[in-house]
Amino acid sequence: MPQILVEDLAKTYRVAERDPGLLGAVKGLVHRRHRTVQALRDVSFSLEAGELLGFIGPNGAGKSTTIKILSGILKPDAGVVRVNGRVPFTDRIAHVSRIGVVFGQRTQLWWDLPVAEGFDLLADIYRVEPARYRANRDELVALLRLERVLDQPVRQLSLGQRMRAEIAAALLHEPDILFLDEPTIGLDAPSKLAVREVVRRLNRARGVTVLLTTHDMHDIEALAQRVIVIGHGQVLADSPFETLRANVLAERRLVVDFAHEAPDLASMALALPGVEVRRRKGQTLELAFDPARTPTPNLITALAAAHEVVDIHVGEPAIEEVIARFYDLHGAGEA
Amino acid sequence: MDAARPYLAAFSSRFLLMLQYRAAAIAGFATQCWWGGIKVMIYAAFFAAAPGAAAASPMTLAQVITYTWLAQALLALTPWSADPEVALSVRTGSVAYDRLRPVDTYSLWYVRGAAWMASRAVPRAALMVLGAGLVLPLIGLSDWAWKPPPTLAAAAAFAVSLPLALALSSAFLMIVNIIVAATLTDRGVNVLFNSLIIVFSGNLLPLALYPDWAQTALLMQPFAGMMDIPLRLYVGQLSGTGALAGLGLQVFWTSALILLGRWAMARVMRRLEVQGG
Repeated sequence: MPQILVEDLAKTYRVAERDPGLLGAVKGLVHRRHRTVQALRDVSFSLEAGELLGFIGPNGAGKSTTIKILSGILKPDAGVVRVNGRVPFTDRIAHVSRIGVVFGQRTQLWWDLPVAEGFDLLADIYRVEPARYRANRDELVALLRLERVLDQPVRQLSLGQRMRAEIAAALLHEPDILFLDEPTIGLDAPSKLAVREVVRRLNRARGVTVLLTTHDMHDIEALAQRVIVIGHGQVLADSPFETLRANVLAERRLVVDFAHEAPDLASMALALPGVEVRRRKGQTLELAFDPARTPTPNLITALAAAHEVVDIHVGEPAIEEVIARFYDLHGAGEA
Repeated sequence: MDAARPYLAAFSSRFLLMLQYRAAAIAGFATQCWWGGIKVMIYAAFFAAAPGAAAASPMTLAQVITYTWLAQALLALTPWSADPEVALSVRTGSVAYDRLRPVDTYSLWYVRGAAWMASRAVPRAALMVLGAGLVLPLIGLSDWAWKPPPTLAAAAAFAVSLPLALALSSAFLMIVNIIVAATLTDRGVNVLFNSLIIVFSGNLLPLALYPDWAQTALLMQPFAGMMDIPLRLYVGQLSGTGALAGLGLQVFWTSALILLGRWAMARVMRRLEVQGG
């Protein structure tokens, strides 16, 4: 049996609505209008112990809701959830003692307590055996470079410091499974790298199963072996990262600087299937093409033969752009 | 021991943190001295103006004065408002993290709330003992002072009743917290319960001084156990079987409110919606 099993999961929220303005506010006093939002429709997937899964999708797609259900905070309306064979919501206490969770947009450390005291309190709350706690804490402090902030109250930390402390806090009780909900949101580059490094280490060295949501495709690129794309509460794709990349990243870009004004591709009358003009400005022409239909050398040769070329640059579209197009393709742009 | 470890840690952490707020304690003490002084003088005027009624009163002026200082000192032990930490975590969605701890959420909030009230009451009460109990007699105002309990039995009854008052207040605080968790705001409940507590805990006027026909009902209602019962035990106004009944009422209301709170909390958590993200 997989470590995490999710079948036909559904969850709806009721949202109060009111018309804008004073009149709307008064009407709302008398009669409340509610709208039902279907956060999850029928999400199914499973995860084996030791996997590192990336969860991506536009805002409001249902990523966080899935994590909250998996961690036992929310009760689903329908569907099956098993984590280590347990039902998270009903068997909450046994369940949460074996998982670690970080919500990038909230803090689990106590605002006015120094970081070290917050860690001590968590160790008490999770009933971690003192010797194990000390060893584990020291390792995490070194790994996440927290030595200098241990004595500082949480409210004085920078976002990067705080997020590293949050991740350490989620790992003090040595969980088997780690849920990370946007752990790199708003972080600077060194903090992002530190977060990725510790996640990778935990996954590889300790075999911790990781489920990670993010909007930063570089997180996914650096970490995830497998990616689930979710949109409108449904799973749109579930594949190894390389497959997703090959499918949606097949497109290449070619930027050509000509000696004179860039020619119109149609006027060249070349037989180049799957080539489209993305931009034509001054001496520069930007083309999008599928290398499976027109191999890169053929395209370059054809262009260089027809006109005098100064410079050529081959690239890939930005991964964000590709993902955005993928969401649109599935009608999953932000609701 | 290991079973209690999370709760003891949560209690002592909150208690020690809150003790750091010296300025708040001193400001609170000053306000409560001011009001205490005014009330003591008003009672003295009433007792002096109507000697006949004063003779028939269920409490002597000395008892009323000690009761008043005690009530001012222990004001923070009544559940004045929802636990601000709970209110904030509900509003920001950090409540999610409370549900991620391998502990009973009700008990966790309960001990944190108890620590919050106790930590605010301890410095204020200490200052009040010093001010109304020691300084007033020293400067020759012993008629207006906070007096020790009249008998050993009264002292013992108070010693049992005071922790029960904290337990009862915490159980009530949990009801308020749960309403906050269900409605996502603490404004409504804070205003609503504030005035109820001031009147029915005996803080405004000792409950024994209300008309005779109201006495039974006043003693039976839950707010009496938060302040009036321990204070009456202290001044010796409630003794013998009356004292046992008072302690029994505190135990009864604490258990009833805990049962109600646990039931309500389970319901609220089932339909919890975590804000944002």
